[in-house]
Amino acid sequence: MRRTELLPWLAAAVVLAGLTVPWFLWGTSTVVAGLPVWLWWHVGWMCLASAAFWLFAQRAWGIGIETAGDGSSDGSRDRTARGTGPETGGERR
Amino acid sequence: MNAVGIQLSIIVGYLLVALAVGLVAYRLTDRSAEDFYLASRTLGTVVLLFTTFATLLSAFTFFAGPNVAYAQGPEWILVMGLMDGIIFAVLWYVIGYKQWLLGQRHGYVTLGEMLGDRFGSRWLRGLVAAVSLMWLFPYVMLQQVGAGTALEALTEGAVSYAAGAGLITAFMILYVVAAGMRGIAWTDTLQGVFMLVTTWVALLWVLAAVGGPGAATEALASNPDTAGFLSLGSDYYTVQWILSTAITIGFGVAMFPQVNQRFFAAGSRTVLKRTFALWPVLCVLLFVPSFMLGTWAAGLGVPMPESGNILPAVLAEYTPTWFAALVIAGAMAAMMSSSDSMLLSGSSYFTRDLYRPVAAFLGRDLSERREDLIARGGVVVFASAAFVGSLLRPAGLFELGEAAFSGFAQLALPVLLALYWRSITRAGITAGILASQGFYLSSLFIAVVPGSYAGWTAGIVGMGLSLVVTVAVSLVTSPAAEERRAIYFDQLGAD
Repeated sequence: MRRTELLPWLAAAVVLAGLTVPWFLWGTSTVVAGLPVWLWWHVGWMCLASAAFWLFAQRAWGIGIETAGDGSSDGSRDRTARGTGPETGGERR
Repeated sequence: MNAVGIQLSIIVGYLLVALAVGLVAYRLTDRSAEDFYLASRTLGTVVLLFTTFATLLSAFTFFAGPNVAYAQGPEWILVMGLMDGIIFAVLWYVIGYKQWLLGQRHGYVTLGEMLGDRFGSRWLRGLVAAVSLMWLFPYVMLQQVGAGTALEALTEGAVSYAAGAGLITAFMILYVVAAGMRGIAWTDTLQGVFMLVTTWVALLWVLAAVGGPGAATEALASNPDTAGFLSLGSDYYTVQWILSTAITIGFGVAMFPQVNQRFFAAGSRTVLKRTFALWPVLCVLLFVPSFMLGTWAAGLGVPMPESGNILPAVLAEYTPTWFAALVIAGAMAAMMSSSDSMLLSGSSYFTRDLYRPVAAFLGRDLSERREDLIARGGVVVFASAAFVGSLLRPAGLFELGEAAFSGFAQLALPVLLALYWRSITRAGITAGILASQGFYLSSLFIAVVPGSYAGWTAGIVGMGLSLVVTVAVSLVTSPAAEERRAIYFDQLGAD
């Protein structure tokens, strides 16, 4: 279940990294509102990246890393009552 | 008051504030090595975000970055965005979250400790620490050289280079020994917020003076020297160069001791999630204004000053003296705060991964209190040695310092394989680290080993080598009896 979830997120990360630099605008010098258009693309793309990261943190955090409590995906594990409460940092040494 | 007076009083003021913060932090510590190095794993979202950010980017954002943008155009913003906003953020999850879980469960404080435990090898632990210190030490030394030079220039020679570097070293020792991770993280946070605000104020101020971004960019386009800056890519910013730089530095950052150690220091899973999502936006907020200021300065024909840094010149041209002084002083303070973090992490690698195993081998068991004392002593030794280095300036150390990010990047893929690939063996990871370090060092110091391969840097070629050697040697060797192959996988996130 989690493994099939992993692939789309992996693909999303590759696309996010791949288009951070707008290769398709290579050599373009069009200026929009005082800045090169490729810089606007970058600014917008980074905002999109933050939104995507936020969504990942909400929906799929732990994927590919956490191996216990496999039944509860989607971060609901954080709410499954557990003595130490991982949400607050849990055990401290 | 003249500019020098203002700058000096701001620097002294900053140092006093930092010391006060350090003393407050000292009162809160519980005198254990874990508290000293990791603030007992309690850092919150804002503090973790800004301490990582300030540790990493301070001096570069203010000085070197705008200088490159001034000389070559603003494409550095894209390189920074890719390396820090995306690649490092992804590693924040892939390496950082896993390290955090392992640190919570097994109490690890350093990367070498984590690997040494998994592979059952004190030698590997020492190797990782030694390799890290080999790159970190000259990098700290470069900061001291920079601070000494800057103080000398600022006071027009009244404070000599040696005295300047010495004063700063003494202050750093005093501060780090007292404050530990908690105090450093707090001052970093103040500083990060300060940097962000002043950069934006500077941008708005300069743009208001020159008639807005449209006019500034128009000046860029109509100046024959800089007309090419507006089109994406150039002879300098090639595809291979952009990718090589972003990938090696992005991975290198995650292996830099002061950054890697912060993966262990997060207070909770929620803190890691929030910082992860905020990372790309924070990069844009800081890099776009500072690097565009450098770029626009070229179009507006602001001459490069003798100091070799363009940002102070732009500020001096378009903003009041006190504001320019504030930014410059802030940048110098930022330089010091980066060194603070490196000093602390460097000393933890030294005491925990090199000194302690030797002490244990000699049959000496360290109490917690004693380890805390040694930890603080390690800071003094590390800082003093780097200071001596900055005075003697031995040949070779400068090249090592300049190449530190790529040097650390050579560790990243073997560490990733260790975290996620069950079949990796002790022989495999050791061979991967030794081969890639050997190759990258040769590319720096031996003339017959080239530094560039069809446009790709030796740093990224070395990363490829580390991957191939680690995998190949792991496949043909069998794991040693002491290896604990399951501890990175079993029941993670359960308790």
